[in-house]
Amino acid sequence: MAAVTLTLNNELISAREGQTLLEVIRDHGVDLPTLCHLDGLSERGACRLCMVEVEGTSRLLAACVTPVQEGMNIRTDSDRLLRYRKMLVELLLAERSHVCSVCTMNGKCELQALAVRLGIDHVRYEALHPALPVDASHGRFVLDHNRCILCGRCLRACDEVEGAHTLDVMGRGVRSRIIVDFNQPWGSSFTCTGCGKCVQVCPTGAMVARENIAGRVEKRPDFLLRILDGRQKRVWRW
Amino acid sequence: MNRVELQAMAETERNRQKAFQCRFLCCVGTPCLSAGGGVVQEALKQAIAVQGLDATVEVVGAGCMGPCSRGPLVRVLPAGGEEAIYEHMTPEKAGALVEAFAGPGCSSFPEESRISSDSPFFGKQVKIVLSGSGRVDPDRLESCVAEGAYTALAHALREMTPEEVCQEVVRSGLRGRGGAGYPTGVKWNLMRKAQGERKIVVANGDEGDPGAYMDRTLMESDPHRVLEGMALAAYAVGADQGYVYVRGEYPLAAQRIQRAIQAAERQGLLGNRILESRFNFRVDVRMGAGAFVCGEETALMASIMGRRGQPVPRPPYPAQRGLWGLPTLINNVETFGNIAPIIQHGGEWYAGYGTEKSRGTKVFALAGKVSWTGLIEVPLGITLREIVFDIGGGIPGGRSFKAAQTGGPSGGCIPAAHLDTPMDYESLQELGSIMGSGGLIVMDDRSCMPDVAKFFMEFCMDESCGKCAPCRGGTVQMVRLLQRITDGGAAPEDLEQLKELCLLLKETSLCGLGQTAPNPVLSTLRHFREEYDAHIREGRCPAGVCDLSGNSME
Amino acid sequence: MPGVKDQKIRLATVWLSGCSGCHMSFLDMDEHLLELQKLVHLVFSPLADHKCFPEGVDVVLVEGAVANTEHLALAQTLRRRSRVVVALGDCAVTGNVPALRNRLDSEGLLQAVYADGERLPGLDPRREVPQLLSSVLPLHRVIPVDVFLPGCPPAPRSIQAAVGALIQGESFVLPESMRRFG
Ligand SMILES: Cc1cc2nc3c(=O)[nH]c(=O)nc-3n(C[C@H](O)[C@H](O)[C@H](O)COP(=O)(O)O)c2cc1C
Ligand code: SF4
Ligand code: SF4
Repeated sequence: MAAVTLTLNNELISAREGQTLLEVIRDHGVDLPTLCHLDGLSERGACRLCMVEVEGTSRLLAACVTPVQEGMNIRTDSDRLLRYRKMLVELLLAERSHVCSVCTMNGKCELQALAVRLGIDHVRYEALHPALPVDASHGRFVLDHNRCILCGRCLRACDEVEGAHTLDVMGRGVRSRIIVDFNQPWGSSFTCTGCGKCVQVCPTGAMVARENIAGRVEKRPDFLLRILDGRQKRVWRW
Repeated sequence: MNRVELQAMAETERNRQKAFQCRFLCCVGTPCLSAGGGVVQEALKQAIAVQGLDATVEVVGAGCMGPCSRGPLVRVLPAGGEEAIYEHMTPEKAGALVEAFAGPGCSSFPEESRISSDSPFFGKQVKIVLSGSGRVDPDRLESCVAEGAYTALAHALREMTPEEVCQEVVRSGLRGRGGAGYPTGVKWNLMRKAQGERKIVVANGDEGDPGAYMDRTLMESDPHRVLEGMALAAYAVGADQGYVYVRGEYPLAAQRIQRAIQAAERQGLLGNRILESRFNFRVDVRMGAGAFVCGEETALMASIMGRRGQPVPRPPYPAQRGLWGLPTLINNVETFGNIAPIIQHGGEWYAGYGTEKSRGTKVFALAGKVSWTGLIEVPLGITLREIVFDIGGGIPGGRSFKAAQTGGPSGGCIPAAHLDTPMDYESLQELGSIMGSGGLIVMDDRSCMPDVAKFFMEFCMDESCGKCAPCRGGTVQMVRLLQRITDGGAAPEDLEQLKELCLLLKETSLCGLGQTAPNPVLSTLRHFREEYDAHIREGRCPAGVCDLSGNSME
Repeated sequence: MPGVKDQKIRLATVWLSGCSGCHMSFLDMDEHLLELQKLVHLVFSPLADHKCFPEGVDVVLVEGAVANTEHLALAQTLRRRSRVVVALGDCAVTGNVPALRNRLDSEGLLQAVYADGERLPGLDPRREVPQLLSSVLPLHRVIPVDVFLPGCPPAPRSIQAAVGALIQGESFVLPESMRRFG
């Protein structure tokens, strides 16, 4: 594939045509946070954390869905971008009840880690505390809406990798919510294969396995790529 | 049907109409029907039957005539005489009208309830899109054909190449009427060059702006105008399938379009081998389910494909990869409404209206505190003052003009100091508002601007699809902040936070809804900053709208 | 030694709606408490017996969220009377566990706990306990806060770093290695 050259934070770099800006930026070791992106899944472009500045356009571009182009001049670390990233994570924290101290994922959560990394020590926005249920009807998994950030990783893993499409989103705006089948208890689903991919890819404590509730949670979101590389490229990494 | 037969149909219908001594056109648009237009039409028919005038007098349905708040409206067309419109019609008045006509001195119509045709409401209007509205019977193809429907299509299919049709649209300078104002001809040319096994044309009739009803009116009043525009577009870009996406709350518009499609297909004006040419174009109706965001083109396509109506990042643009991966042309209903006249009279003719960069006419839904509300079509570049004070007849009740809101939840408020601003895309944008789809709400001195901003922000909060973090969470927080301001519980920092959120939404949201949601706040902050300060610092609502006492924490 | 006494920093600690874990973490500074004691006067604290929040406080550490009218009044007082206000721990910073009741009706809650409960039958909660706010709020939603020390509880070393800097009159922002919710 043809190579292109571009500038990333004042440094001249090269990339392959067809790559997204996010791939290129990460290939070059620049830390650009994301929550909805996951290697192996289609891009959703929803968390807006990977917005970057590209010279020549006044608009910010989401790196995950922007194809790289010859001669681009990209900034990932301007004050404006840092400020926006912080605000976005604060908005996520205010939206549901992220009570880390009593969460199964405390210490392993991507959202919690990101808040720390972005320098968030308090949330300026009003906490909404919506009254959301916990679905513990499944024999092996628990879905706690109070911790969900609507990144859509679970439903994409379910649809695109497992092929079950058990999960989807219901409602709109701040009332959006992950649903199982036709909005029924997880335990009553006929389509859920119980594979647990959704649990593994969920960045927060919204989806956890029952056996983890009392103990330590180790999620492996990167295992998706192993499945997909095996399936598509016949490359198995044991 | 071929071109000659089309002309014959028009001729026959015109002769049929001429045979009547008088014709009563009753508005069958949603506003007049909901004001009792159906009963009025029945009463007219009955009165005519009673007087035994069936052979000489006709009562038919017609589309919107303009001054919608004065409905039910009836247009009277006496053979050879001057036409007139009657407002606030009732079954009793209908009887009187027929009696007046049937009695001696037959064409002297009663003065009561009569809207004079030289009323300033009509004076500055130019009807291009709405030329057939209020004159044709939307449920009768013949009636539309008599007024020229499908002649532009017949002409294009015979005399013009697809490139030439595109060029004519480029020449007209027409810009999309759905809000963003993208040049229609440029879009069509991109679409014409796009590679695809098949191509699709979509008319966007989702029209979700509160208070706006331009597209509904056009679909209800002159559905063939929209269909003809779509067919011309399909011919120009090489599409063979069309969809009219109609907002779920518009059952009547959907029904009229559906019937019009069937009528046109029966006559070979749509479907296969249109007008006996080799051009095929099928059109289907798709109904929305009540989400504002489904007017956004990528969400609209998701909805048509039966998926959750949520936007997806662009590029790829619909013209590159649209419905089912096929190149798809999406234009607003009103945009399509301009096409047949442009092809018929030429792009130059159309470009003769409007301003350098904003050509032609625009339909506005004039609402709020003006004496004459309703649907108007004006050349672009007309000043806001002319619309409000000449066409709208000024502010009633001796009140003063405070602001006009254009562009709905994506737009802004224009203050009195800018009444002489020409209504064109660029001028409105410079003032921090947008042309939008054509909603125009006039406010008098009793409107509180932070309260107005809150109204639109609540709308955006409710309509946010919830996909992206800034719009989903940001709109809620902005509503809370505006609530605090209008409750009297806000601190100066809250205003800073509000402004910061405006920028976040504008710059990071995934689709136009979130990107433009801050506009009502930004524009009122720009033009009415002192009202925000009065609420926050002085605990006072200058317009006397907000109750600022309920600000305690408990 | 007169003079020296006057230079001591006036430190206060306050316990609003929290579990006292943050105060425990404060005490977990162990031997550092002895150093601290040389530098500060503890002028108000649940660890000592003070009745009202004094004037002229230099630094106040506030544990807990603002849950009722008494907390609200105390928060407003301490803000007026202190130079630097520190939100100590997740309850003060985010509302944390106490805020879990925000989805419930506060009147019903008082009734269920005080009037209908088995322990205190017949108590009239409207008269005998402070009224609950309709929602539990983090401290900064009620008064301006200068320093945030999240954590449930914040580690003793974080508290030590913060207090150490603040009593020197320096500003303080928690470094990334010490920052943590939960
Ligand atoms: C939130 C949102 C709502 C929209 N609603 C409509 C609508 O109701 N009708 C419409 O024609 N365009 C609407 N648009 C604009 C469309 O995305 C698209 O630009 C337009 O239909 C293109 O047609 P035009 O070029 O003829 O204007 C909306 C855009 C956004 C972002
Ligand atoms: S449940 Fe988890 S993976 Fe699914 S949307 Fe919510 S946070 Fe994302
Ligand atoms: S901006 Fe709002 S409506 Fe648009 S994708 Fe984001 S959440 Fe959905």
